[in-house]
Amino acid sequence: MLPYFTQKYGHPASRNHPFGWEAEAAVDTARSQLAALIGARDPKEIVFTSGGTESINLALKGVAEMYREKGNHIVTTVIEQRAGLDVAKRLERQGSEVTYVPVQPDGLIDVEQIGKAITDKTVLVSVMFANNEIGTIQDIAAIGKLCKAKGILFHTDATQAVGKIPVNVEAMGIDLLSCTAHLMYGPKGIGALYVRRKGPRVRIAPIIDGGGHERGMRSGTLPVPLIVGLGKAAEIAREVMPEESVRLARLRDKLQDAVLSNVDEAFLNGNVERRLPHNLNISFAYVEGESVLMGLNKECALSSGSACTSSTLEPSYVIAALGASAELAHSSIRFSLHRFNTEEEVDWVGRRTIEVIKRLREMSPLYELAKEGVDLKSIQWKAE
Amino acid sequence: MAYSDKVVDHYNNPRNVGSFAKDTPGVGTGLVGAPECGDVMKLQIKVNLETGIIEDAKFKTFGCGSAIASSSLATEWLKGKSVDEAAKIKNTDIVNELKLPPVKIHCSVLAEDAIKAALADYKTKQPAEPAATR
Repeated sequence: MLPYFTQKYGHPASRNHPFGWEAEAAVDTARSQLAALIGARDPKEIVFTSGGTESINLALKGVAEMYREKGNHIVTTVIEQRAGLDVAKRLERQGSEVTYVPVQPDGLIDVEQIGKAITDKTVLVSVMFANNEIGTIQDIAAIGKLCKAKGILFHTDATQAVGKIPVNVEAMGIDLLSCTAHLMYGPKGIGALYVRRKGPRVRIAPIIDGGGHERGMRSGTLPVPLIVGLGKAAEIAREVMPEESVRLARLRDKLQDAVLSNVDEAFLNGNVERRLPHNLNISFAYVEGESVLMGLNKECALSSGSACTSSTLEPSYVIAALGASAELAHSSIRFSLHRFNTEEEVDWVGRRTIEVIKRLREMSPLYELAKEGVDLKSIQWKAE
Repeated sequence: MAYSDKVVDHYNNPRNVGSFAKDTPGVGTGLVGAPECGDVMKLQIKVNLETGIIEDAKFKTFGCGSAIASSSLATEWLKGKSVDEAAKIKNTDIVNELKLPPVKIHCSVLAEDAIKAALADYKTKQPAEPAATR
């Protein structure tokens, strides 16, 4: 990646000199590397973008505009990441109709509910592959099959899944797929949208106009070094995934057991089986998430809710959507393990978490009331 | 957004965590906030009934580090003050002392509410002033 910042500085759209050819070849390699990771038949189906947010914007807005004649209805879910929800809301303001399918208490979307939401005006179904907070993996193949049968395009926000678990656009009937490099150890500022070219040939209106790069779907000079980084990250992910996912799931399970067996009233969020191998999300009753993080983040980086929503003080809408009380939505912590974590580090996090929760509960008025046998719901809280 | 050193200090070494029995003479209890909002503070004062001075104060808080720090600081400030002086503590004093960012100002507001609620509870528990002679 680094040489492409300096020595190999060619512009991939410069077709008349070797510097341009060199850059173009590097971009093509990256396209093939990512296509291989997601099982795309043709590298030309990869459109580079600035990241997951842009990919999701392009998929939803691009389809909504291109297929307006056919219909104006989109089906999505209540647990999409902010980008998915915010784009859907904007499209609603612009005249689209959007159905937000609810989620079951274990974080799974009922595929039948998707089927029921589809109308003769539906042009797109958009369901996230795996959730960014609770890691729950949806039955993407079943949704893909359903959409194929009804002739409706299917987009999945796979930013959390690509590079972590097997993703195959052909086998799963995916027509559009959003992903990003930084969630597979690549550079920030680069992502991609997979756009199916055959069976059906998906067409999308660009949201950025200009020189017609990326086959007219996304104009703008390609950031060659970042693309090279994305390609390499995809290649490595594909290589190490079988071993890495097993290793991280084992460490995650160990952390989960340590915490849940030592802390009472700690609740695991999301489906236990169908979940990203590196993800663990727990709500700790009677303590507030941010205060837990403060006790842990000197040594490690954990999050309450997601980075996408941390600029607000809102509780996790994902946890709330599972039907948990608002109080528990304030009390969820996401542990995300990564490729370079050692067993010692994970053990340390477990021990430290237990200490922090115990300390915070000692200073929690809610814990005190609960231990006195007071039903917290019976209290007339004076909300601001 | 990093926490100020003072917030970190109060979070790591909270002052006066604990509870008094609510029915102890001279104790006033304030319970403010709501679990669904992510902040609940319980603040208690123990007033010397002879001098009218707050001898001790305790808190328990469910909330972020800034909420914990705001209530911890409030208990420190309450000790040694008369009931009337205590009523003058303003949330802006807490904001300045802890260098709270705008997004955390509500923590200081809640701490001020908790002080007021504890003072009000203390006052309602005192025997009424002798009624004026008719």
